[in-house]
Amino acid sequence: MSARQQVINQGDRIFYIIAQWLGLAVIVFALLLVWNLFDGAWESIKKFGLEFLVGTTWDPVTRVFGTLPTIIGTLVKGFIALFLAIPISIGSAIFLAFYTPKWLRPVISYPIELLAGIPSIIFGMWALFVMVPVVRVMQIWLKANFGWFFLFDGPAVYGVGVLSGSFILAIMIIPIITAISKEILLTVPRSQVEGMLALGATKWEAIWQVALPYSRIGLFGAVILGLGRAIGETMAVTMVGGNSFAMIHSLFDPVHSMASQIASEFTEATYSLYTSSLIYVGLVLFGITIFISLAAQFLIWRLSKGKLAILD
Amino acid sequence: MTARYRYRKFVEWANWIGMLCCISITVFFLVAILGYVLVKGAGYINWEFLTALPVPAGESGGGIANALVGSLLVVLIASLMALPIGIGAAIFINEFPSHGTGRTIRFLAEVLTGVPSIVVGLFAYDLVVRPMGGFSAFAGSVAYAFIMVPIILISAHEALRLVPDSLREASLALGVPKWRTILGVVVPVSSPALITGVVLAISRALGEAAPMLFTAFGNSFWSLSPGKPVATVPLLIYTYATGPYEDWHRKAWAASFVLLMVVLVTSVLTRAFLRGKTNE
Repeated sequence: MSARQQVINQGDRIFYIIAQWLGLAVIVFALLLVWNLFDGAWESIKKFGLEFLVGTTWDPVTRVFGTLPTIIGTLVKGFIALFLAIPISIGSAIFLAFYTPKWLRPVISYPIELLAGIPSIIFGMWALFVMVPVVRVMQIWLKANFGWFFLFDGPAVYGVGVLSGSFILAIMIIPIITAISKEILLTVPRSQVEGMLALGATKWEAIWQVALPYSRIGLFGAVILGLGRAIGETMAVTMVGGNSFAMIHSLFDPVHSMASQIASEFTEATYSLYTSSLIYVGLVLFGITIFISLAAQFLIWRLSKGKLAILD
Repeated sequence: MTARYRYRKFVEWANWIGMLCCISITVFFLVAILGYVLVKGAGYINWEFLTALPVPAGESGGGIANALVGSLLVVLIASLMALPIGIGAAIFINEFPSHGTGRTIRFLAEVLTGVPSIVVGLFAYDLVVRPMGGFSAFAGSVAYAFIMVPIILISAHEALRLVPDSLREASLALGVPKWRTILGVVVPVSSPALITGVVLAISRALGEAAPMLFTAFGNSFWSLSPGKPVATVPLLIYTYATGPYEDWHRKAWAASFVLLMVVLVTSVLTRAFLRGKTNE
């Protein structure tokens, strides 16, 4: 082998080793994240164990910590947001994909995609100064007229609370779900839709019976992405979710989400069990996010297996 | 026209109205939010705002220059860490596929994109702030880098995938070693998409406030040292917006305007850039 060929082989080997290390670095950092969270939360895990997840007291003075109300706060706000966002986003996506002339589509969908990329504190600011006064008026009206209903039986004048938090989360995830769903709906083969139309279906019937079932896996993925964002969102929720540690009884109650609790209290945590408990909360949040993500991937895998079998 | 047919036509029309409402709601919020930030924020932007230091709380005047510089500093250091890892790992996954670990890496990257940014902040706190004994710009950079790597990795991987194998094989056939093929042929060919991914990651990091809460922490003065706390724009917006001073609120709107402009310009530029290059 000539000297030149030896150099070439060495160069390749060095490059391969560098690339391999960089690739492994990703795995190492992912594992480091999990280990670090456990390590930071360990003091609290040792003291409270799994009871932390169902404890309803969070008292830095008596040093008792439990996180059930914040878990509930996070999930309630996330799911209400999802419940509000899904019909609006899927409806918007259908409209954009099937009822908008081709030239108009980018004009509307481009700004929507822009909105999906806007930092969350901007949403938070808008929510705090523009949305909350409106929600306050709405809440006061609801309490005055329907206050007997347990969901409306709460401190309406705050303005901040579960309802505001859910609303801004919904507003934040609508662009994401809409943008992805629109792309997915556009991949439905025209032959399928046109086949339905040729059989005499109305446009809506073609969409409802062909396009939506065809793309339901992708739409599900888009929705899960939105849910993940809603659960993990910090800044906007901290600004308008009402940061209070209490079991919620109504839609107007202020309540922390796990993220907003960590954000609000971390720099005030004066002793190690306090910090450790907050990191434990972070670990729980991380766990929930990962669980949703993995469960969604698994469901998508199952659904697409079944689907491909049908196409055979 | 049968009754059944009239009914179906009605359902069609009703649903069309329904979906028109949906898209109207979406566009309404789009206009409301963007419009509000533009209108409320633009009025306060002036030269002093962009170049002066903050004045004591509540007094008018002064600016956010230290936060603008601070954000750039933190993101710069983060990019120096995130770019090699993100692109290097993508090269590893795509150009050396005989390793099964490539799929694991890609899967992990996709999972990591969903990690809440506050959890990343906790990670950076434990990894950097605790051992260092204090808040620092560097800790903030570590947090941003953690957020940026999955984004860069995934978009770089997709970009590298699009490069046809014929280019690689032509280069190898000419006797070019594999590493030079990758660096000299594959990477330059995929560079528009690569750059787009990097710019998107940077733009995402610039707007994240949550990780900064307990890493870079904030600073009222000029600070260019990576070992000291530093002000960043998104965290400043949060602090000012939730503060009690009217002047702070105005400044928060103006800072939001700046941040929004950065995100918009980045997005428009990358779109135009990508479209221009792929039309060749």
